[in-house]
Amino acid sequence: MNRRQFNKTVAAAGVATALAPFGIVRAQGAKLKVGVLLPRSGFQGFIGQSCQKGADLAPGVIKEMLGVDIELMNADTETNVDTARTRAERLIQEGAHVLVGPFDSGAAAAIAQVAEQRGVPFVINIAAAPQITEQGYKFVFRNFQTAPDIVRNGLALIGDLFRATSTVARTAVFMHVNDTFGQAMAKGIGAFMGRLTELPFKIVDTISYDPAAKDLTVEVSKAKASNPDFLLLVCRLNDAIILRREMVKQRWQPMGIVSPGSPGMYEEQYFKALGKLSEYSISNVPWYNPRAELTKVVEKAFLKQNPKDKLVYHGLNAGFTFESILIAADAFKRAKSTDPKALADAIRQTNITSKMMLGAPIKFNAKGQVEGIGSACLQNLNLVPTVVLPASAATAKPVFPMPGYKKA
Amino acid sequence: MPAIELVANVVISGLLTGLVYGLMALGLSVIFGVVRVVNFAHGEMMTIAMYAAVMLYAAFGLDPFIAVVPVAAAFFAFGYLLQTGLINPFITRPEHSQFILLVAVAIVLVNGLLLAFGPDARNVQVDYQLESYAIGPILFDKARVFAAGMAVTASAALFAFFRFTRTGKAIRACADNYLGAKVVGLNVKRYYALTFGLGSACLAVAGCMMILLVDVTPSLGPAYTLLAFVIVIVGGLGSMPGALLGGVLIGVSEALAGLFIAPSAKSMFSFGLLILVLLFRPQGLLGRKS
Repeated sequence: MNRRQFNKTVAAAGVATALAPFGIVRAQGAKLKVGVLLPRSGFQGFIGQSCQKGADLAPGVIKEMLGVDIELMNADTETNVDTARTRAERLIQEGAHVLVGPFDSGAAAAIAQVAEQRGVPFVINIAAAPQITEQGYKFVFRNFQTAPDIVRNGLALIGDLFRATSTVARTAVFMHVNDTFGQAMAKGIGAFMGRLTELPFKIVDTISYDPAAKDLTVEVSKAKASNPDFLLLVCRLNDAIILRREMVKQRWQPMGIVSPGSPGMYEEQYFKALGKLSEYSISNVPWYNPRAELTKVVEKAFLKQNPKDKLVYHGLNAGFTFESILIAADAFKRAKSTDPKALADAIRQTNITSKMMLGAPIKFNAKGQVEGIGSACLQNLNLVPTVVLPASAATAKPVFPMPGYKKA
Repeated sequence: MPAIELVANVVISGLLTGLVYGLMALGLSVIFGVVRVVNFAHGEMMTIAMYAAVMLYAAFGLDPFIAVVPVAAAFFAFGYLLQTGLINPFITRPEHSQFILLVAVAIVLVNGLLLAFGPDARNVQVDYQLESYAIGPILFDKARVFAAGMAVTASAALFAFFRFTRTGKAIRACADNYLGAKVVGLNVKRYYALTFGLGSACLAVAGCMMILLVDVTPSLGPAYTLLAFVIVIVGGLGSMPGALLGGVLIGVSEALAGLFIAPSAKSMFSFGLLILVLLFRPQGLLGRKS
């Protein structure tokens, strides 16, 4: 380097330093690059694609709402924790300012480590394992109920269901997927069943199964042999379909199939694959408020992007994925910067009152967890997941016990 | 202790599924027994057969039991061409070359299926799929009974072909003594191709039956390749009755492990069985010592 080149370099550095305070202005003019990590293939592929619909409509809706430009950087985790980790690394290398996703507790835990190491904010859309926000992470945020919250709300809604239908079920078999989410839910149920004394039933058998199971004959045989009043189920999508078919094959007709808070039975594919067999299944899950203003806006955008589809089949997946991007965009607007630390600080200060999903405003506690997210009791009626409880949000009355599948 | 009806239901289900597993593994065993090449794309090829059955059902409403005929014929041709065009040049090459070649074929097939069909699970919805026969408290899943019946029929036909036809005997001669077969004027490479075609057709039948029992996704292939290996190693690599016996053993033992230990430990149990066989009878239950 000669003297002239050296002087030019120093001058350029000086100009850059002088302009540094205005960097925020430049950044605000730029786009927010959001790395969206979802399981768009593998055995959670359907759910990942459902979440993706919420991500795809976010840039347009948020541009209208906040005037913020968003660029989505999509990555497929392939329903694989290791792939989720490497995809997160790659998104950060490629310039993602914030990560969003990944609809899976195992993948979320892996991505959280990457986000924390690299100092990039990570807003979890859907993942319930409580330990993710118990690690003291500074860059990890979750706008979703933890497994204990889901279980507490889900079990309370089962009590409400029995009261609303004047039914008493005394016994249940608890079946759950044997993955991070399923185990967290099982722990939660174990912890809450003893405490919620108003619930009239006891669990007579607990059966865990492989989330990638192709055949659930043995599992259903065991459950049926316990002769429970109803099936308490923590499932994913594919296994829920296999399980429902197997119940019919084995001529097992309990009073109902009730999920205290898991995906699967309210998803579009569940209806497509099972037709009338999907009827009357119940899922107590965090859900969107159909009366919220933002829901109407999102619903319109959803219909525009997916003319042959309905938001109701993607309510939880698309809703929480949309909200996670909204949180990032809102923080970007306030931070006026894409600097990861500034974004993380702004996310920590989030207070979104005009929201889509049921529950309290979006505010993060010191652990990065949103509290007060509400649940609804959804029952599949006329091939549509329908809110039947709480009564204030219900659009139909619950049916329990469910009619036999032959009458359905 | 589970009730006897429960155990009986679970054993019957495992037995019926095991017969279809056995047919799938039979293809692998036949190919190895004659050509001495281990088909590492076995599960992936069966996945293609499952997709073929799904497409024929969607396009023409063909029941997988009827779809067996065109799919098996197409797979015979595919297997024949694969052997003549791709595998025959590798017959005399080291085993690791054959291994890499067929693993590459497997990867191409999985990704080809992903490109063609996407990651979504697909199935056929025939009328009898959700029905079952009941004899007292014992239930027989109709689709499983039919699939197992087809597996037994196809296996018997294959046994008969190798035992009673001139071509079958010639193939066995090639398997027993490569040099001797060449000396007496047999076109060994043609018979190898025929064998690969037959193994593939066998696989196609298994695929058409399997689609009645499970939904298909592109990622299903590697799991079935592994399962076929477990079955043929337990039964005896190269032994046709061994493949069927291995299938039934794995099917029933997985079902019983699910019942008596934990459903999520089913696969662990079959691999435990594999380790025991490798330790105490490395040639497999019906295999011959090399």
